Amino acid sequence: MRVSMDLELKDIPGQLVLALKPVSEFKGNLISVVHHHEKRTPRGKIPVHLVFEIKSDHLDNIISLLEESGISVVSVDEKRYLEHGAVILIGHIVHTDIQDTIDKIDNTGYAEVVDLNLAMPRINRPSSASLKIDAVSKEYLSAAIELLKSIARDKDLLVIEPIRVN
Amino acid sequence: MKTIRASIIGFGAVGRGVAQVLLDKNDYLRSIGIDMKVIAIADSRTAVIDPHGVDLACVLSGKKETGTVGSKTISGTEIIRTMDHELVIETTPTNIETGGVGLVNMLAAFESGRDVVTSNKGPLALKYGEVIAAAKRSGSHCRFEATVGGAMPVINLACDVLAGNRVISMEGIFNGTCNYILSRMMEEQAPYEQMLAEAQELGIAEKDPSYDVEGIDTASKLVIVANSIFGMNASYKDVTVTGITRITPEALSLANADGFAIKLIGEVNDGKINVAPKLVPLSHPLSVGGTLNVFSVQTDLAGPITITGRGAGSIETASAILSDIISIYKN
Repeated sequence: MRVSMDLELKDIPGQLVLALKPVSEFKGNLISVVHHHEKRTPRGKIPVHLVFEIKSDHLDNIISLLEESGISVVSVDEKRYLEHGAVILIGHIVHTDIQDTIDKIDNTGYAEVVDLNLAMPRINRPSSASLKIDAVSKEYLSAAIELLKSIARDKDLLVIEPIRVN
Repeated sequence: MKTIRASIIGFGAVGRGVAQVLLDKNDYLRSIGIDMKVIAIADSRTAVIDPHGVDLACVLSGKKETGTVGSKTISGTEIIRTMDHELVIETTPTNIETGGVGLVNMLAAFESGRDVVTSNKGPLALKYGEVIAAAKRSGSHCRFEATVGGAMPVINLACDVLAGNRVISMEGIFNGTCNYILSRMMEEQAPYEQMLAEAQELGIAEKDPSYDVEGIDTASKLVIVANSIFGMNASYKDVTVTGITRITPEALSLANADGFAIKLIGEVNDGKINVAPKLVPLSHPLSVGGTLNVFSVQTDLAGPITITGRGAGSIETASAILSDIISIYKN
């Protein structure tokens, strides 16, 4: 997931490195670091804004490590789902237990079905649905679509996925 | 001036288109130093032969009136084996199960040391390696631009025009019949069966449409692309294929509401060959309508290159054949 974090550093040398170390220790991927040296806080500290990607179970460890090194964590904002995908399903979507299809995606922990539009023209005719799936990353979105395809094979549904866009 | 003696084997829509184009472009061909002389034409039943050059206009009108090419009963394969000429223009119908007479003709041509320009997918989709090896053994040219994407330059674009580039992946719409049916289903909110019937009425779909709508035609073309552009050693069985018969008008509307069209996309990517209906963003270059074909390659230097054009038609396919002929003989 992507985390955006506001920190406050003491105005002494070596503080920025100290602030970045826990992120790198837990294999986080730094996206941006903005060091507001000119904007002191009323307490005389220097505000720093960090954005990084990290596995969600490491976030608490990073926060504790920062606090242990005397860095104030002012705010933490997580954005869990970065990727949005859409697929179309065709077949007997409802009669093959639509709840089960959605649950299997939701239970992955890395993707969720966030929208479903269903068209059922007539009894005994195949239904069509558009499904929106959010996932934590591009790789996990592909994994969720692969999972959906394997569920669809068992339930004889056709999955229409988007082309790769370069 | 170089005289090239050619036979046209197969005189359906494509063969007739070739004859017409050779007639129309005779002056141009002579201006670049090529004197094309068609010494024999054969269809599945009859043939016409003249070592001094067949009168193309006469054969074309004869075929129109009587349905036959000439009075001789010699087969195309016999012509290839027995008559002295440089080039075999192989335009017999595709047989995707065995390669059919097309395969026999191509191998016979190479055995006799002749060059081949063809629009026949079957032999190349089934036995690419064998056909190319036979051509190499005899030092013959074998060109087949017309097998993929009709008028669109696909193989020659990737192999000649973009020379030096590494082609990373490619995708496209290679079947005009499927594209027509899907485009019309969306426009009319009509079921598949109804738009298939319309396509059949207009002559866009065959009476037995399975070759097109099940994705078999697209898969055959992809095999040729995979082998010739990507240097793979693939055959038809290596392609995963899903056709368009299950697509519903509701699915097309739902996709459209999200900003997508549904298209039968063929792709070669990462060593995998795949044919399946896919969601294509409406603003994407691959989102072309009607019977159009479109083809996009990702290359390491030039980036993405996309071209669109008519994927079928008598004169359009003959255009690809003519360009192959010229590229063999102009130097």
